[in-house]
Amino acid sequence: MTGYRLDYLEQLETESIHIFREIAAQFERPALLFSGGKDSITLVHLAVKAFAPGKIPFPLVHVDTGHNFPEALAFRDLFSAKVNASLIVRKVEDTIKQKNLTEPKGKFASRNWLQTYTLLDTIEEFKFDACIGGGRRDEEKARAKERIFSVRDEFGQWNPKLQRPEIWNIYNGRIHKGENVRVFPISNWTELDIWNYIRKEKIDLPSIYFSHERDVIEHEGQLVAVSGFINMDENDIVSKRKVRYRTVGDMTCTAAVESNASSLDEVINEIIATRISERGETRIDDKVTEAAMEDRKKNGYF
Amino acid sequence: MDLLRFITAGSVDDGKSTLIGRLLYDSKNILTDQLEQLEKQSKNKETGGIDLALLTDGLRAEREQGITIDVAYRYFSTPNRKFIIADAPGHVQYTRNMITGASNASLVIILVDARQGVVEQTRRHSIIASLLKIPHVVVAINKMDLVDYSRDVFNDIVIDYAAMARQLNLEDIAYIPMSALLGDNIVDRSEKMDWFEGKPLLQFLEEIETDNDINHTDSRFQVQLVIRPQTEELHDYRGYAGKVISGIYKKGDVVKILPSGIESSISKLEIAGQEVEEVFAPQSVVIQLKDDIDISRGDTIVKAGENIKVGNELQTLLCWMDEKPLHSGNKYYLQHNSRLVRAVVKSIEYKLDVNTLQQLPVEGPVKLNEVVRATIKTASPLVFDSFAEISANGSAILIDETSNSTVAAVLFQ
Repeated sequence: MTGYRLDYLEQLETESIHIFREIAAQFERPALLFSGGKDSITLVHLAVKAFAPGKIPFPLVHVDTGHNFPEALAFRDLFSAKVNASLIVRKVEDTIKQKNLTEPKGKFASRNWLQTYTLLDTIEEFKFDACIGGGRRDEEKARAKERIFSVRDEFGQWNPKLQRPEIWNIYNGRIHKGENVRVFPISNWTELDIWNYIRKEKIDLPSIYFSHERDVIEHEGQLVAVSGFINMDENDIVSKRKVRYRTVGDMTCTAAVESNASSLDEVINEIIATRISERGETRIDDKVTEAAMEDRKKNGYF
Repeated sequence: MDLLRFITAGSVDDGKSTLIGRLLYDSKNILTDQLEQLEKQSKNKETGGIDLALLTDGLRAEREQGITIDVAYRYFSTPNRKFIIADAPGHVQYTRNMITGASNASLVIILVDARQGVVEQTRRHSIIASLLKIPHVVVAINKMDLVDYSRDVFNDIVIDYAAMARQLNLEDIAYIPMSALLGDNIVDRSEKMDWFEGKPLLQFLEEIETDNDINHTDSRFQVQLVIRPQTEELHDYRGYAGKVISGIYKKGDVVKILPSGIESSISKLEIAGQEVEEVFAPQSVVIQLKDDIDISRGDTIVKAGENIKVGNELQTLLCWMDEKPLHSGNKYYLQHNSRLVRAVVKSIEYKLDVNTLQQLPVEGPVKLNEVVRATIKTASPLVFDSFAEISANGSAILIDETSNSTVAAVLFQ
């Protein structure tokens, strides 16, 4: 039966397209949570393929913390226009004002926690019944156990002990009023799979994924970009370094890596050579507690 | 490079977590920060050295209780293959999890403790592997270091297992003696077992032939959704999006739409918006037909002349997966790939003992983790095959109408 076989990227792609089509068919008001990062860009690319020659039948939603990289925001606007998708932006800043929330304090005061409030409000506002995210099971221990269709209660909470069995490729998206489903079409992709796919498909990425010069401070071995969002003190030494980002999150909680890699091939070679996992290297927020992610997921974080 | 999905079946006592940890560790798929965390935790437990089993321990809730709740997925790759491991707990009440993990696997590693040999749990895991028709079986005879790497111990277990496997119709079986703890026959050939002529585990997993696991003979396609852009330039476009479940479709093929039975032919095939001449399982594709026919989600398109079952009274094997028991006469939704229909469990014929394969009389309701033979009646007809013939078109789930939970795995007989 030679000739009728798929390589691993084609297998992953075909599985993700199948999942996207199930979402569109099973839900009335899905939305794709778009961050401007490489995973959500890949998600949109797959969605375009799933519904071609039609349009993506759901909007892209961006929860804007106000702490984003300007490059990522500019890319978001261009990209959503290019794929002819509608874009909804909701700002954490507005939620803070409306709900009188307390901003977190500290050196790298992150609005990551507050994002959850804005997300849940946005789900409520548009009555979204399915939110599509770029979570991957290789990212982290809690994700490794999550289903592709992950049912959340009206508070957005995940209950790892009460997950539905997910058997064969049959996805059960039935929910009660008020509940919603988080769907992860790229669950089975690893970081390297994403990069190899981006190279194969020639997908455009925001410039911060490639080597550039930036003012940074060094904090506990991690490089943090100098921006108006972090609180510097007299011990901080600002230096100009050649860096790139492996993930795109908030400027307060995403660390850069020193790198000269300015092309996709170079980035991929560096990733293969790196022996530090993506979250460990670049996410300042996951280091807080060992079970940080598990807690945040239970509270409705993506 | 292709992709192999496998499941590991065994309990903590068999060294399952250590085996997975060893595969990840020795194939250099553990990253520095994960290793650091591991060292920290290993010290916490005062076990000395690195406890590889901790690599696969997931949630805090589990660590506190020292158990594994659910199926976890692990990823690693070598230059030759990408692997996805479904790591399912082997404990007695978790038949449900093994079925979840095994349903997409093309290979199962069944762990046997060399000191214990074939035990009830080995039997149960093998029976589930056989029920779910997992194409390839590796019997990992572990903890050989504790039996002095004895060839006789290994041979005795192979004889025992082979006898059982014959009753279960398990076909492609490999036996590998190993010590996951010490790394014997995992990545490198064990020097202490030079009498063993087979491949070490990782090499076996890299080289096993899986081309014939997918059926490319019988054409099965079910519509997931209808794509109708309704734009000016694509005014009359009507494409049927779905996954090729099995077989091959070519442009021009004469096809039959089921359950209606109407015939037409394929006018165009597309993958991700690009026109192609043929498509095959498991590709996600769009099919366009020559004639305008009323087709919707859940309808099946097969090549004319295919032998496929159409009916609404189904003989099934049900693996019950919910705390809420099944009573004969209960109503559910049945989801067969993308087709959702109302269904009633009309009668329950017998219970299958997953430790012995004995058929037992059904007394009272069917409980979590029990497997029964049952007759299901659906409100509208299904287009299906027996699980034994085309598993991807012979399987379904039952959904509780009130809780929306997935309560059973259904295998059509």
